[in-house]
Amino acid sequence: MLEMKGITKRFPGVLASDDVSFDVYPGEVHTLLGENGAGKSTLMKILYGLYEADEGEVLLNGEPLDIHEPTDAIEHGIGMIHQHFMLVPTLTVAENVALGLRSSKGVRTDLDVVSARILELSEIYGLKVDPNAFIWQMAVGEQQRVEIIKALYRDAQLLILDEPTAVLTPQEVDQLFVTLRQLRDDGRGLIFISHKLHEVLALSTRITVLRHGRVTGSVSAEGATRESLAQMMVGRAVKLAPDKTEAHPTDVKLAIKDLRVLRDRGEEGVRGVDLEVRAGEIVGVAGVSGNGQMLLAEAIAGLRTPSEGSIRIAGTEVVGMNPKEVRGTGLSYVPEKRMKDGAISEFTVSENLLLIDHNESEYLNHGLYDFGTINEHCQQLVEEYTVKTPTLDTPARNLSGGNIQKMIIARELSGTPEVLVAAQPTRGVDIGAAEYIHKRLIEQRDESTAILMISEDLDEVFGVSDRVAVMYEGEIMGIVDPKTATREEVGLMMAGVGREQTGG
Amino acid sequence: MSELFTQAAIVAVVAGGIRLAVPLLVASLGETFGQRSGVLNLGVDGIMLLGAFGGYYAVLQSGSPWLGLLVGIGIGFIMGLVSALMAVTLKAEQGISGIGVYLFGLGFSDLLFQKWVGTPRPIPKFPKLDIPGLSDIPWLGEMFFQHSVVIYLAFAAIPLSMWIINKTTFGMNIRAVGENPEAADSLGVSVSRVRWSTVTIGGTLAGIAGAILAIDLGIFQQNITNAQGFIAIALVYFGAWRPLGIMLGALLYGLVNALVLQMKVLEIIPPDWSDIAAMTPAIITILALVVVATRFSPPSALTKPFTRGA
Repeated sequence: MLEMKGITKRFPGVLASDDVSFDVYPGEVHTLLGENGAGKSTLMKILYGLYEADEGEVLLNGEPLDIHEPTDAIEHGIGMIHQHFMLVPTLTVAENVALGLRSSKGVRTDLDVVSARILELSEIYGLKVDPNAFIWQMAVGEQQRVEIIKALYRDAQLLILDEPTAVLTPQEVDQLFVTLRQLRDDGRGLIFISHKLHEVLALSTRITVLRHGRVTGSVSAEGATRESLAQMMVGRAVKLAPDKTEAHPTDVKLAIKDLRVLRDRGEEGVRGVDLEVRAGEIVGVAGVSGNGQMLLAEAIAGLRTPSEGSIRIAGTEVVGMNPKEVRGTGLSYVPEKRMKDGAISEFTVSENLLLIDHNESEYLNHGLYDFGTINEHCQQLVEEYTVKTPTLDTPARNLSGGNIQKMIIARELSGTPEVLVAAQPTRGVDIGAAEYIHKRLIEQRDESTAILMISEDLDEVFGVSDRVAVMYEGEIMGIVDPKTATREEVGLMMAGVGREQTGG
Repeated sequence: MSELFTQAAIVAVVAGGIRLAVPLLVASLGETFGQRSGVLNLGVDGIMLLGAFGGYYAVLQSGSPWLGLLVGIGIGFIMGLVSALMAVTLKAEQGISGIGVYLFGLGFSDLLFQKWVGTPRPIPKFPKLDIPGLSDIPWLGEMFFQHSVVIYLAFAAIPLSMWIINKTTFGMNIRAVGENPEAADSLGVSVSRVRWSTVTIGGTLAGIAGAILAIDLGIFQQNITNAQGFIAIALVYFGAWRPLGIMLGALLYGLVNALVLQMKVLEIIPPDWSDIAAMTPAIITILALVVVATRFSPPSALTKPFTRGA
C-alpha cells in the first residue's frame, strides 16, 4: 500500500536519509530498525509531512502522494503514534480525540458524539479508556491507548508506531502487541520503529535495517536472529550480553536504611527503602519510569534531601551533606539526564572532564590552571574511554549521545570511586557505545567499586547486574538473582505484584 | 469610622467598585485568551492607553461615546495584530516585545494628546441604563442596576468567554495550543492561526478597556491607566486563567480601590497618608496572587514560541 522510493534528505552537514526505499503491504508489520540517528525518524517525519524530502517519491496505493502537512497525511489515512505522546494533559480523552476534527455541531464541540465513537472503538479493539477522563490522570499505558484510538478514529489504514514500547512494562507491551496484531489482521499496514531486538522479532513480518541514513538490509522476520539484526545495525558483530565473570562482593559500601524521599509536590516518592550494595557487585534497580528510582539516585547523590532514613557511603552518613561533600566520601554519579545534570553542553570536552576536579592542586599552578597537565590528563581519558571528538576544545553539544555518555563515564570513573550510582547509563546511546559502557561498568566492579545501576531496560538489568532490585511505587518489591529469575517474574514485580504471589 | 457604615457610603463603595473593576475585567478577559493559547502579552497597558486616547479624542470630536468605543475597538484590533506579528510570527521574546508595546503606547498616547488636544476638556459619558424594576430595589438597585450600558456588556462578556473557552471548537483549540502545541499541530490545528486570533482578541479587548476607562471618567490625561494593564495581567494569574476567577479578582481590586477612595473622601484616612493608601489595592492583589498562584499552574506553553520539529 505504501512505497517510498529513493528518499534523500540532507541537513546542513549531514545526509540524514540517503536513497532509502521502503514499502509496506496491507496486513503486515514492517519494522524499521536502527540506532539513534540512523534515519528512522527522518524517514517517518517525511512520510508524515513534518519534513520534506530533497529527492525521491512516495506512493500510496500506487498514487503519488503529495504531503506537506500532518493534516495531509491524516487525510490519506496515515496515523502516527509518536514516541513522546502528542496528548494535551489538561484536556479529556474525548477532547484530545476531537482536536483538529470538524465538529458536527458548528462552532460548538460535539464531544458526546466523539465519546460514543471512542467507546465503540475501544470495544472492538479492547482498548479500555474512559472518554471523560483527563489525560493527566492516566497511566502511561492508558495514554498510549488514547493515542491509538486517536489514529483509529481518523480511520488510519497505515499506522506508524515510533518506539511505542519504550515507556511500557513487559505486560503492557504484551497487551499492546495483541492490539497491534488485531490491527494487522484487519488489513492495516503497520510501521514499527524500535531498537529492542526481541520485540522486533516477536511482532514483525519484515524488518528493514538503517545505518547512517542508508538501508543496510531488509529481511523477513522468520530466520532473523537478534545477533544478525544487531550486526546489520552496527556493521560488525556485537556481543549483546556482556562477558561477565562471577562477582566477588566484599564489604558493604553503600547502605540505605528506611529511606523516605519526597517528590517536588510533597508526596512521598520513595517509601521506606532498605538496600545494601557491596564492593565488587552491581545491583540493578529495575522499574517503570517514575516509580521512585530517580528520587533514590538523587537522594544518594545529595541532590535531594530525604525526609527520613539514612544513607551511608563507605561508612559515612551522607544525609544532610551537599553534593560536593557526598562526592568527597567516594561517590561517583552518572545522572539520568545527561545533558541537563551530567554535562554542560556549551563547555568543551576538557572542561566537562574537569568539572569535578577543577580545584585539585594537580591541575593548578600558583592558582592558575596548568593547561599542559590538564590537556595531558584529558587526552588520556578521551583515548582510554574511546570518546570520539574532533578536539578536546570541541563543545560537548557537538558530540553524539553515546560519546557524551562515554565522556561522563570517563570523568566519573577516573578517580576509582568507592560507590558508583549510574542512572540509565545507556539510554539513547548506540549499541556500540552501550556495549563499551557495560564492559567498563563490569571492569569497574572487578576493581571493587560498589555499583548501583538504575535502568528501565530489562536486557541491561539482566545482562549487567549481579543482583536485581525491583522498584514499584517507591518500594522495593523484592531482590532477585538475574541468573535464575525470569523476565515475566520481574515484569510482574514492576507492575506491583509481589514476588511470593508469582510463585517464584 | 461610623460614617463609613451609612447607606450612602456603602452603596457608593459597591457601585464605585463595580465601575472601577470594569476596565480591568475587560482587559483581563482579553489577556486570558492570549495566555490560554500560550502567549503572554505584556503590552496590555500600552494598548489600553492608545485605546483610551483614541476613544477620548473620537468622543471629543463627534460627541458620541459609542463612536469613541468603536475607535477603541479599532485601535485595540490593530495593536493586537501588531502584538501577534511580533509574538507569533516573528517569535520575539514575549516579555521584551510587550514592554516595547507598553512604552510605545505610553509615549504615543501622550504625544497625540499634547499635539491635538493640549488642555483636558470633558466629554460626554456612556448613557446610564436603569434596569426596569430591579433598579428600584433599595440599596441593591443603586449598587447593581443603575450603571452605564457598557458595564452590563462587560459583565455579559464573562459567560460568553466561558462558553467560548469551554464549549466551542475554537476554545478547545486554544486550550490545546496553550498546553501542548506539538500535539495540536500534529492533528492539523494551526498553532499560529489560533495564537494570532487570541492575541488579536486580547488587543481588541485592551483597546475597549482603555476606551471605557477614558469615556467613563470623561477625561484623558497622561498615563491615565496608571498601570492598570499590568494589574490586568496579574489578575489573569489571580483568576487562574478562568473568567470567573478573573471577575472575582477584578471586583476585589475595584472594591478595595473604591473603599480607599471613600475613606479619603470621608477623611478617615488623613490626607498625608493618601499616597500610601493608594497602594493598598495593588498590595492586596499581589498578596492574593501569591496565595492563588501556588495552587494553579499556568498553561505549559506560556511564553514559548512554537516551531515545528524543534
